[in-house]
Amino acid sequence: MEKLISQFFDIPDAHLLPVYLEHGGYEAAKFMFQNLKPQDVELEVKKSSLRGLGGAGFGSGMKWSFVPRNTGKPIYLTVNADEGEPGTFKDRFVITHAPHLLLEGILICAYAVGIHKVYIYIRGEYEIQFERLNQAIQEAIEKNYLGKNILASGFDLEVIVHKGAGAYICGEETALLESLEGKKGFPRLKPPFPAAVGLFGCPTVIHNVETLSYLPFILKRSGEWFAKLGSPNNGGLRLFSVSGHVANPGIYERPLGIPLKQLIEDAGGVRSGRRLKAVVPGGLSASVLTASEIDVKMDFDSLRAIGSMGGSAGVIIMDDTACMVKALYVTMRFFGHESCGQCSPCREGTGWVSRILKRMVDGHGRPSDIDNLLDIGSFMGGTTICALADGAQMPLLSYLKKFRSEFEYHIKEKKCDLEIQMTEVR
Amino acid sequence: MPNEILAPELKAKADKIVANYEERRAALLPVLHLIQDSYGFISEKAELEVAEYIGIPPVDIKEVITFYTLYHSKPCAKYEFNVCRTLSCSLAGQEKIIEFLENKLGIRVGEKSADGKFGLNEVECLGACEMAPMMQFEKEYVGNLTERKIDEILSKAA
Repeated sequence: MEKLISQFFDIPDAHLLPVYLEHGGYEAAKFMFQNLKPQDVELEVKKSSLRGLGGAGFGSGMKWSFVPRNTGKPIYLTVNADEGEPGTFKDRFVITHAPHLLLEGILICAYAVGIHKVYIYIRGEYEIQFERLNQAIQEAIEKNYLGKNILASGFDLEVIVHKGAGAYICGEETALLESLEGKKGFPRLKPPFPAAVGLFGCPTVIHNVETLSYLPFILKRSGEWFAKLGSPNNGGLRLFSVSGHVANPGIYERPLGIPLKQLIEDAGGVRSGRRLKAVVPGGLSASVLTASEIDVKMDFDSLRAIGSMGGSAGVIIMDDTACMVKALYVTMRFFGHESCGQCSPCREGTGWVSRILKRMVDGHGRPSDIDNLLDIGSFMGGTTICALADGAQMPLLSYLKKFRSEFEYHIKEKKCDLEIQMTEVR
Repeated sequence: MPNEILAPELKAKADKIVANYEERRAALLPVLHLIQDSYGFISEKAELEVAEYIGIPPVDIKEVITFYTLYHSKPCAKYEFNVCRTLSCSLAGQEKIIEFLENKLGIRVGEKSADGKFGLNEVECLGACEMAPMMQFEKEYVGNLTERKIDEILSKAA
């Protein structure tokens, strides 16, 4: 089993520069400065079929080609370390155990696009990770992997870590920019896209932590090699965050395209004595899958084809002790809480749906509730400035479609049909 | 008016932060973190001083403070329990953890104990689902919570 990023999770003190160097750290960057022009790097990344691993799955090489290089304005890179999609914890692992890998990836991207200033936007709750990053940056500057004239290449790069303050919506790229600029995280209308008009009105590339962290491997071994590790157009490996009712929750670095069934087995399978009921395959915003849909390949295109999404690869397993009405309530409560409030369908929709589901969970469901939920859900897609509402709509509609009988039971019988409504505290 | 909150030493730190950004306003979140780390919360006086320091209307500061969950306008408890309530933690029994804590601390979610020692909050996903049910306590992530683990933490909390 090939371990690229995840090899660093098992190496003690991998976050320290000397240890990182011992394991091939900054070799890719050295090679790049000595042998490659920026266009060469971009070409290699295009060949790799590396796609945005924060959730959107947008082609990384393609993103770079959208950045205008001669506006006279500086180009910025903002690193999205605002990991907030429920079920996802991979970036936390990367920053904790391999901050230098991220910095090397940042260096490669910056060189390719012509960027000299980078902001890492990290969620406020990641206190230890914030320290680790600053520590790593200091180490890198001291040894000339960052700062001025890096490795005698003539290339300068400054990296600043910027802490968020508790808002899921700031993981949305334009809300991230707003927050970086010192405002509320209200997403912007697109177009214009950040590549053209981003931070401080300048062309800006925005990448997820994990996406950048694969760049050193791509340069070391080639884009073609990376692409082949995954499936067509869905290149490489990715870090699957597996949690919920599995025996061994944790990070599993696997090829894009691994069957979900295999991934669940790799994570130890469903808890002993229980039966699989449902899977959230790509973070909380993804449409839920039933136990009969686990043959699906875990890549962006295959998941999209069955009406769900690869997203952030936050995989939440639910067994037969999970109440789907409760699970949907918890989901919609999350979106309701995190809605920034700008757009009526999202602000009102998520709140309203949460209140209806709470009534249902408490045994006060009404016969008109399901139709009401579907109706509210119908205006939460494609009608808002950002995709949070779409991310709330997909679970809402998929739970109602695939587990409708449970909702009907709750309304009719005013209780849950499961003997155990929640797992027991260990 | 002379600065009480942004006293010279703190102001010097704030100036260094401002130098990191093209636009002065971009320093707002880090400066607010600086103040909160030093004073424990962001008072009305702090809001006014920061507004003047950054050069924006006070209402803009208020907007930011009320938008983000990590900024507090009032002092927090000495020990805050921030228990995650999103899906993986819910599946792992976070409600029972909350029930246990409410009984132990004698307060409900969102409240602070009368002596100001303990606070209990429910928060959304902290990005640590592999250790569900979990909470953030004093900057650390504490996971695989059991009643015993919580008792241990409480006994150490002076």
